[in-house]
Amino acid sequence: MSIVREDCRYSKDHEWIRMEDELTGVCGITDHAQEMLTDIVFVELPETGIEVKKGSQVAIVESVKAVSDVYAPVDGVITAVNSGLEDAPEKINADPYEEGWLFKIELKSALAFEELMGPEEYVEYVESQG
Amino acid sequence: MSVIFKHSKTGKNTVRLPELPADIAMEIPEMYLNDGLDLVDVSEVDIVRHYTRLSRMNFGVDTGMYPLGSCTMKYNPKINEDIASLPGFLNIHPLCGNDLSQGALRVMFELNQYLSEITGMARFSLAPAAGAHGELAGVMIIKKYFEMRGEKRTVILIPDSAHGTNPASVAMCGLTVREVPSTPEGDVDINALAGMLDSSVAAMMLTSPNTLGLFDRNILRISELLHKNGSLFYGDGANLNAVVGTLRMSDLGFDIIHVNLHKTFSTPHGGGGPGSGPVGVSAELEKFLPVPLIERDEDGYRLEQDSPDSIGRIHSFYGNFLIILRAYAYIRSLGGEGLRDVSRTAVLNANYCMSRLRDDFHLPVKRTCMHEFVLSDKDLPNGVTTNDIGKRLLDHGFHAPTVYFPLLIPGAMMIEPTETESMENLDAFIDVMKGIKKEIIENPDAVKNAPLTTPVKRVDAVTAARKPVLRWEE
Amino acid sequence: MYTSITESDKKSMLKSIGAGSVDELFADIPASILLKKPLDLPAALSEMALFEHMKSVERSNAAPISLLGAGAYRHYIPAVVNHLAGRSEFYTAYTPYQPEVSQGTLTAIFEFQTMMCRLTGLDVANASMYDGATALAESIIMALRSNNRKKVVVSDAVHPNYREVIMTYCGAAGYECVFVASSGGVTAAADIERAIDSSTGAVAVQNPNFFGCIEDIAAVAEVAHAHNAAAIMSVLEPHSLALLKKPGALGIDIVCGEAQGFGNPIGFGGPMLGFIAAKNDYMRKIPGRLVGKTTDDDGREAYVLTLQTREQHIRRDRATSNICTNEGLCALRAVIYLSYYGNKLRDLALYNHKNAVYVKNLLIGKGFTPVFTSPFFNEFVVHFDNMASVYEKFRRNGVVPGLLLGDYYPELDDCLLVSATECLGTGEIEHMMNILEKI
Repeated sequence: MSIVREDCRYSKDHEWIRMEDELTGVCGITDHAQEMLTDIVFVELPETGIEVKKGSQVAIVESVKAVSDVYAPVDGVITAVNSGLEDAPEKINADPYEEGWLFKIELKSALAFEELMGPEEYVEYVESQG
Repeated sequence: MSVIFKHSKTGKNTVRLPELPADIAMEIPEMYLNDGLDLVDVSEVDIVRHYTRLSRMNFGVDTGMYPLGSCTMKYNPKINEDIASLPGFLNIHPLCGNDLSQGALRVMFELNQYLSEITGMARFSLAPAAGAHGELAGVMIIKKYFEMRGEKRTVILIPDSAHGTNPASVAMCGLTVREVPSTPEGDVDINALAGMLDSSVAAMMLTSPNTLGLFDRNILRISELLHKNGSLFYGDGANLNAVVGTLRMSDLGFDIIHVNLHKTFSTPHGGGGPGSGPVGVSAELEKFLPVPLIERDEDGYRLEQDSPDSIGRIHSFYGNFLIILRAYAYIRSLGGEGLRDVSRTAVLNANYCMSRLRDDFHLPVKRTCMHEFVLSDKDLPNGVTTNDIGKRLLDHGFHAPTVYFPLLIPGAMMIEPTETESMENLDAFIDVMKGIKKEIIENPDAVKNAPLTTPVKRVDAVTAARKPVLRWEE
Repeated sequence: MYTSITESDKKSMLKSIGAGSVDELFADIPASILLKKPLDLPAALSEMALFEHMKSVERSNAAPISLLGAGAYRHYIPAVVNHLAGRSEFYTAYTPYQPEVSQGTLTAIFEFQTMMCRLTGLDVANASMYDGATALAESIIMALRSNNRKKVVVSDAVHPNYREVIMTYCGAAGYECVFVASSGGVTAAADIERAIDSSTGAVAVQNPNFFGCIEDIAAVAEVAHAHNAAAIMSVLEPHSLALLKKPGALGIDIVCGEAQGFGNPIGFGGPMLGFIAAKNDYMRKIPGRLVGKTTDDDGREAYVLTLQTREQHIRRDRATSNICTNEGLCALRAVIYLSYYGNKLRDLALYNHKNAVYVKNLLIGKGFTPVFTSPFFNEFVVHFDNMASVYEKFRRNGVVPGLLLGDYYPELDDCLLVSATECLGTGEIEHMMNILEKI
């Protein structure tokens, strides 16, 4: 089983979010997602300052033979992106929860974080998907 | 020495150009001119050795069996190459006028008739240069048909087993794709389809036989449902080889089809092209075909540009004539019975391979197949995958099957032996597959590390995509 | 024909399958639609009879002396091209999806990409398109998608067939084409600028243009960029790239066109060899296949299809194009051709230009008038009163002296577009002049 961290919450599209302070979340794709994609070769990141809705496409992650959209796990504004990934997308494979983070988002409401799946629920969700 | 540029050295090229008839002054002002080229400087011997060496690093139909599903890698008859090298075909200019190009126009006119006889469609345009180009023309026809009827239909239904060109062609016409699920038995899920039909549905695109190599048992029902809904039915003829001479695509209810001359009609694939993908339509849709059309009257054959409802022009000229010519020659050498034998032998060969491999590899859909069948890597021990099996086949002088397609079968291996392989060749392929199965159990590393005997070993596609190097730099 | 399953093979194969007959294998097909009799096609021919038949059809094509260009050019094809591209390891291969057994095709395409970059002065070139017209249409779509605009401004000195094709493509995709009239045989940057508005995302010209004239493409690029639009140049006579300044160096963002003239026969207009070359910004947006350099497991240099997520087999309805099969074998012929001439291609291009100047001057001597004063490469327009009758006279004597322009541009009635490549020899030119003597 891939790594699922206790300090994050998860979306059904396999994004994770971790709160840095009351309203700022860091987001990326889960260890499970990077395993499914295999070697990641390219990342397209959003522009900072744009407002995004939960479930809207904000980034693209590509392997040699697959393309995966990354969706905003919550409503908010993109405040930063991990531009280092553009030259080193392999960081997402190596360290999806730290060096492989994709973007930071300022939440409209702190409650949105609580509405996402917790670690145990996400593990069950992944298992139920086979 | 990997690329021609590595042979380059100033002064090696000793090519002699023809002499000008007189001393003629250049008329282009200096400001427009470059000051020299940086292409390459090599000798003729360098060129011959280099490209001969490259050719020997290639696998082709002439070097071995190519069981590549949905690609119909049949033998490409040599006489057709000779015919396409006749100077009267090679050198004819597309704008020389009807009177000087009667031979070329006749070939195109008659091939159009043959394709109508073979498929039952009223008329074809030979302009599409490839299957996807034919699809694009077909979707443009669908769009125009509804525009002229004043109906706003923007959705095209496509089964989940379809080739990627289907949805991509739809998107290029600004229409929306909706995916229709398949049943576990490999047919279109007819109940799901019925639920998706409404006044927004312009058409459904269906490959027949489908990409699992199966003939959809509900196809007449699908056609009926679509037509009752006022929608059109598009037939992707990529797999026509299974049914050529056995049935007519028009009898399946298709309003528009395309066929791939580089598959069913044996023209070579050329390492990726050129091909030809004529688009054929029912009588009602003839007026939408791309221009120019070829007509015949008492003066002979002529190009006709005047077709007010046409979708327009889609090619610089009239399509890939030299490919069209090869397909014409192929049909003339086989005749009606010969074509029927193509379909029957292709289906026999595929079912034979399937019957002998189904105990060794997982067969997801257990039905009589048409010209191809799909195995998968499900339940293989020791972590061996479809990719590994494909690579190991290369070591034994066989090309890999089509792998990881169709997408609805994880780890798919799609095998299409074609009609031109003898039973001995099929048996040799089957024996190698069975040998690989044995290796997977006893010595899986031999499979996982394959290929070992090819000009290069597995290549690093990941680095190629992460740090793209798309041109040579010294 | 071309099948070799014997009756006894068939029996044992059916036994293995567990079927009583081949008919049983078709049981999924409703009996009502199975054909009851063979197709009504001409009877099968022996190879000898087929070849005789095809030769008789071939002979009903005339083989005139031709000064036709207009997007399909007669150039001498060196013997090495046919001998090497005729190796069946090349022409019977499939698309190189299995790189371990496709290094021949892959290496040659990589070389083609490199040479097209070097000729255009751009960063990335694809593995070919169907032809010059669809290459232009797809270049326009690529540019408009990239800057999210709706309109392209196109010179009317672009080949008329090409303009029709881009209207077909842009019409279907929901883009607007605006055509700008040329004047004096060239397209003025100021006229382009007047047609540009805030929704314009691309400007497209042909160079040398349909009349053979050389456009001021630096000015075109400047005008396009001033409005944040992409500058696209279509080139139909690829030899011009060997003589003229590299369009990439003059600010052009996308060069597309027709490379048939590099080692490929005219073949009644197909197969042709479309190509697209572009600046790096378009690397992930370009349609068609790309080959990249990499290494194999032993660290040896190797080539592989790359950035495939752009393509239809992966991205499906979000792909950059629907193109799959391309014109790979024509690209192989081109790269062998370009290796043969190498840097001497410039001399060959210069020869073309001078031969055209020679023919033009002879025609002037016979009373023809040049229609435009702008410099041209190897194609030019001349006027003659009652051109149609001269034209017919030529044709009756086995010469197609060029293309009559009246059908395409009503204002150019009595005008002829003449192309002279290195293939137009002194004997042929003499024959033409003799015909004119008799007028």
